[in-house]
Amino acid sequence: MDYSQFLAMKQEIGLLIVFLLVFLYDTFMPRTAYGKLPVFAALLMFAVTVCGIVCPSASASSLAFAGMYETNAVVAAIKNVLNIGVIIVLIQSVTWANSQPMEHRRGEFYELLLVTLFGMYLMISARHFLLFVIGLEAASLPLAAMVALDKNRYESHEAAVKYILTAVFSSAIFLMGISFVYGIAGSLYFETIYYALSVGESTLLIIAIAFVIAGVGFKLSLVPFHLWTADVYQGAPTSVTSYLSVISKGAAAFAFMVILAQVFGAVYSSVWEWMLYALIILTITVGNLFAIRQRNMKRFLAFSSVSQAGYIMLGIIAHNTMGVAAMIYYILVYIFSNLAAFGVIGAIENASGKVSMDDYRGLSKTNPKLSFAMMLAMFSLAGIPPFAGFFSKFFIFTGAINQGSVAIYVLVLIALINTIISLYYYLLVVKAMYISEDKCQIETFRSTCTERLGLWITVGGIIFLGIVSCVYSGLLDLTSVSDLSAYFIN
Amino acid sequence: MFSNILIYFVVIPLIMLGGLALCRNIKQIRAVAVVGSLALIGLSTYVLLEYLALRAAGNEDPMLFTGSWTWFAPLHINLAVGVDGISIAMLMLSSIIVFAGSFASWQIPQPKAFFLWLILLSTGVFGFFISIDLFTMFMFYEVALIPMYLLIGVWGSGRKNYSAMKLTLMLMGGSAFLMLGLIGIYYHSSADSASLTWNILDIARNASIDKGWQYFLFPMTFVGFGVLGAMFPFHTWSPDGHASAPTAVSMLHAGVLMKLGGYGCFRVAIYLMPQAANDLAWIFLILTGISVVYGAFSACVQTDLKYINAYSSVSHCGLVLFAILMLNTTAMTGAIMQMLSHGLMTALFFALIGMIYGRTHTRDIREMGGMMQIMPYLSVCYVIAGMASLGLPGLSGFVAEMTIFVGSFQQGMTDYLAGHGSLRLVFTIIACCSIVITAVYILRVVGKLLFGPVHNEHHRELTDATWWERLSTATLIVCVAAIGCFPNFFNNLINFTFSPEIFKVLGLN
Repeated sequence: MDYSQFLAMKQEIGLLIVFLLVFLYDTFMPRTAYGKLPVFAALLMFAVTVCGIVCPSASASSLAFAGMYETNAVVAAIKNVLNIGVIIVLIQSVTWANSQPMEHRRGEFYELLLVTLFGMYLMISARHFLLFVIGLEAASLPLAAMVALDKNRYESHEAAVKYILTAVFSSAIFLMGISFVYGIAGSLYFETIYYALSVGESTLLIIAIAFVIAGVGFKLSLVPFHLWTADVYQGAPTSVTSYLSVISKGAAAFAFMVILAQVFGAVYSSVWEWMLYALIILTITVGNLFAIRQRNMKRFLAFSSVSQAGYIMLGIIAHNTMGVAAMIYYILVYIFSNLAAFGVIGAIENASGKVSMDDYRGLSKTNPKLSFAMMLAMFSLAGIPPFAGFFSKFFIFTGAINQGSVAIYVLVLIALINTIISLYYYLLVVKAMYISEDKCQIETFRSTCTERLGLWITVGGIIFLGIVSCVYSGLLDLTSVSDLSAYFIN
Repeated sequence: MFSNILIYFVVIPLIMLGGLALCRNIKQIRAVAVVGSLALIGLSTYVLLEYLALRAAGNEDPMLFTGSWTWFAPLHINLAVGVDGISIAMLMLSSIIVFAGSFASWQIPQPKAFFLWLILLSTGVFGFFISIDLFTMFMFYEVALIPMYLLIGVWGSGRKNYSAMKLTLMLMGGSAFLMLGLIGIYYHSSADSASLTWNILDIARNASIDKGWQYFLFPMTFVGFGVLGAMFPFHTWSPDGHASAPTAVSMLHAGVLMKLGGYGCFRVAIYLMPQAANDLAWIFLILTGISVVYGAFSACVQTDLKYINAYSSVSHCGLVLFAILMLNTTAMTGAIMQMLSHGLMTALFFALIGMIYGRTHTRDIREMGGMMQIMPYLSVCYVIAGMASLGLPGLSGFVAEMTIFVGSFQQGMTDYLAGHGSLRLVFTIIACCSIVITAVYILRVVGKLLFGPVHNEHHRELTDATWWERLSTATLIVCVAAIGCFPNFFNNLINFTFSPEIFKVLGLN
């Protein structure tokens, strides 16, 4: 065996080292040093991310392990994007992890988080369904344990059980789909399947693709596979929720695109294009309509993130370089915007235990800076310029329309009308904070320095990621080097 | 980049925002607002004079002071600026209203936050008028819309929650259509897919949007901007929004923001898609014709002063879109004049209503009377504004409406004689009726509110205008009279854009 193949897995190996160091720290360091663990983990992640960005892979694309594993510029980019999100999550979770009830479990939080991230890396890089399933499971099962970390809270258990049951169920469906694919193509290699499928279509293939989409759709919480989302988001500890909503979703979205392009791209227009149209319309609309009625901020953001997943899918349906770049950019911006919102929610929850939107009334009077950060996050999620969310929405629409068919115009119009609905409920939060004249239930408090740091980073991202053009242009350069969209055949 | 004079229309508001963020007390805030808006007036006057000098020297480019800086290179998005006579007129208007609005909100509660949002709004407005790149134009357009939500929601009165949400959602709904239209225009902006562009001048020069696509994209963009121009049936945000907004916001919104709609309809929808504009004009002529008459009739039955003016704005702004759709030089010139005239006059109205409301704490005309005896200065100003609105010669309204109706009638007759149907003619005649209806509601308010017996004896103790209120209203009155007395100056300023460049593009008379 050629061991130099492992060099292709630089980012995975880096992550593994971080995991081992965190594990060793957790196991062997004296009790007095425990409080530093979160900072230690965040610094290590930062180092790995910087390495990943500063020294990218030499070649444009490299296959390893007989073609089971691939890395290229785009894959490395999405991994770096996820890393950045994880760093922010780690910074934001410090206060929670150092709180009294978490004292004996904080090591587990960081270790499980890094394991799931490793699983997501494999999902993104896998070019063989076996490796993909390993990644998928590694990214799903530990998350259930993370959701249950607040073990003194009833909701946390309930959420964990719901999550694991749906996860297992959807894995089963996914595996069923893969076995059908194997039956059709006689291989589990993406590339082999791709060429085998280009021969023609069959009923079995339609069922297989539907099953695969359902399996990954669960992780992405696409409607109608979203039913776990709100309960799990509400029950899980806020740091876990934010991790679930941005990192897990971002990774799944990209992996979804890889599967659809590199496995089923050949039968794009003949078999599954309409499925994707239906899924996008359903996801965006249902997510939006359900978000309107939510009073709990975490449930609210759960449905908002359901609809955001629909917008991310537009990058797939664009099936061109611009769409791929816009999708990665959208995920990046979404990470920053959503984490800003969760940062505020987490800070308020840590200080006062309140998570209801009704408690946020008049927040601008007692905590003006937190309200301002929340407002920017809401504006960015709603796509208001000059914040980053506007640019990401604009680019993903531009990318989609580049495809040029009449159907895409209709789809984009539906998505655009949905942005108005989403604007309505995002403004409800702004209204509660700024316009309501009730006396605020939340006392004035000073958030901890890590919470402030997390908010500064995310707010900075919201303001500058859009205006600074090199981010999107850079992503576009990367995606044109290793072009995923070339796999699609109309 | 900073060698281009136009960029300072955005830079100055941004500096003001920074200055406001540092302010510690109300005096500093006022100082920043006044100095900043004076600087904007100075800048727009300078640009105006330079523009006239360049034109006099024989410069025939469609846009002057152009500049373009790459922003998102792969998508051909540039930060492109440039102005012609129409943009300059709009910039003048905006800076004057920002100036007057600062004085009208002299004693607003929470002044820092209020002025921050107000200046953010005007950043969007100025950015919109100087942009000739569709992307930046759209971005600034949305920047101008969103502060309205907080300005109305926090500082408004009455049903402010409802109004603020309705206004924001309707305007953003319009911009959803607009965004689709603009992206569509981009993908058809050039025959060669490698040289697609967002630049308005290039798109107009390429003229590569084929007729089928124009039929789809023209309604998208026209409705998108038309929502902001209060086109029937998308005008319902306007009465509620204006009634609930604080004074300066009503001024800025009716005075400037609604002009964004008209300007956008002209600059994007008609300028870039002339054939569709010509063929589909009849649909929108009917809608805007309804706006004109319906707005005027609605104003007749309202009792809240702000509702009266909001409906009157629907009528007058409808007239702007109506005239633009005539696709005739005279009518279009009139439309631009009407934008200026309506902007100043409505700002004056809303300023006065705010001042009266601040004293009497009611805007219901049934509860007031004899104001002429109590506050003569404000009352006289109200009469002047009213006269401008119903088109008294010597004031701006007359010039604008006269030009519009002459142009429309001329175009209507041409159509009729050429056998293109009598729709334009009929609707011109219908729209003309609005002059009479305008007179009804203006004179009704003037008679009820200003003359007659004092309705409430407590009102006798009220004071007349303070110096900042006098300054605010006087500025606007001077401008209204200036347009009325020197129409030819404005006519020449605007006219160059129409002749001959745009009509070459339009391929019309």
